Amino acid sequence: MTSLGSPTATLPESADYVIVGAGIMGLATAWNLARLADGEARPRIVVIDKSYLCGGASGRNGGGVRAQWSSETNVELMKRSIAIAAEFATRMRINVWFRRGGYLFLARTEARAKELEASAALQREHGLPTRVIEPSEARAIVPELDVSRLVCASWNPDDGVVFPWSFVWGYARAAASLGVSIHTHTEVTDLITEGSRVRGVVTPRGSVRAERVLVCAGAWSPEITRMVGVELPSRPHRHEICASEPLKPFLRPLVGDLESGLYFSQSMRGEIVGGISNARVPEGIDHASSMRFLGLYASALLEAMPRLGSVKILRQWAGCYDLTPDGNPLCGEVDEAPGLYLMSGFQGHGFMIAPIMGELFAKHLLFAEERALFERWNLRRYREGRLLHESMILG
Amino acid sequence: MSKIIVCRCEDVTLSELERALALGYRDLESVKRHTAFGTGYCQGKQCVALCAAYLAAHGGAVGEAPFTPRPPTRPVPLAHLAALAREEGEEP
Repeated sequence: MTSLGSPTATLPESADYVIVGAGIMGLATAWNLARLADGEARPRIVVIDKSYLCGGASGRNGGGVRAQWSSETNVELMKRSIAIAAEFATRMRINVWFRRGGYLFLARTEARAKELEASAALQREHGLPTRVIEPSEARAIVPELDVSRLVCASWNPDDGVVFPWSFVWGYARAAASLGVSIHTHTEVTDLITEGSRVRGVVTPRGSVRAERVLVCAGAWSPEITRMVGVELPSRPHRHEICASEPLKPFLRPLVGDLESGLYFSQSMRGEIVGGISNARVPEGIDHASSMRFLGLYASALLEAMPRLGSVKILRQWAGCYDLTPDGNPLCGEVDEAPGLYLMSGFQGHGFMIAPIMGELFAKHLLFAEERALFERWNLRRYREGRLLHESMILG
Repeated sequence: MSKIIVCRCEDVTLSELERALALGYRDLESVKRHTAFGTGYCQGKQCVALCAAYLAAHGGAVGEAPFTPRPPTRPVPLAHLAALAREEGEEP
């Protein structure tokens, strides 16, 4: 049996693809590369991660999967990602606790209401059932919600939540069964180069030469590209989250407030899981928990749901968002370092978009498909000064 | 299937620990995630030593520290946390 949890197997000396990062983005890409390549020509794929499975943001997020976005690209991609999530349990034979309870975005200002209206209209053009609803209808969906200061809400009943850990395990197991070699607890310490071209990775357990090196390392991605002198515009941002004691199921949707960044949903274990924006956190990679976060979250949550006052918080933790200045990711080959590819900068929604991005990335690498998307999201837009926009980033 | 309970809060059994090891999860953090031991009401206070000892005795990799502790030390009502934030004048 392939070991998913520890580095017992020998690291191969060479591969077609080395993927840095065994989070959901790297594993989804690995599985799709192995699955989509033709039988005999199946590429040799090695996935390397310095930590354990689910140790990074893929194991630390709230599990939301939604198609309510403000840009056409995100709406279309997330529609497809949710379709994959809905089929995932059957296809991968693992329970991911996918629950389609909808996403309810609250607007407390006229300006935010207008923004949600515009986004909902765009989403409807793309076939989503999103509607902007009155506060009374929002209360019908979540009876415990205090709607007295609400202007309106945006509602898509088809959005949902999954349990992130088993989603990661599902991809890891499926990739391993197709021959992908997964090595956790193995840190990439350098990149092998020939001139400007990247030719592989160096780890304390040995080097792997590869035709292509894919950086799917989330908030750690800038550390990897820096090894060949490529500075990314993205930066890590600590995002905290917490879970309550388990309660009898009562909350149907994930509720989000783009003003405060508050979001919360009820997991299949019954816990209320949620987080909130917090601008004042230390720079860089940081997984520390803070009292300040608990205070901010509790205040905002009780303002939204006053009845939860006696509910206890059981545990809190943190993960790192991978933020870019224009709210859009960094994807595709790096001009300055041929052979080095990015799949990073997903702003805290990398988990939900990974199912479709893993597939498109594999098709891009294998068959040179999806050129427009990989041009649009390429790092070179920063060199050329044509930045993008996205207003529905939560937390 | 063993009915020996190793984590009372989350009803994790000894056979689930054995299965996690058989799947190749050998460090405490991975086994915690795979079985969910230590993620319930006591947050590991009752089970972590037992599970770590089992892992160590069966070829697992147990470091010097147990898994990362998750605050708060014991469950705290949301109303208390919100009141504390008001006192401290916390703003986003």
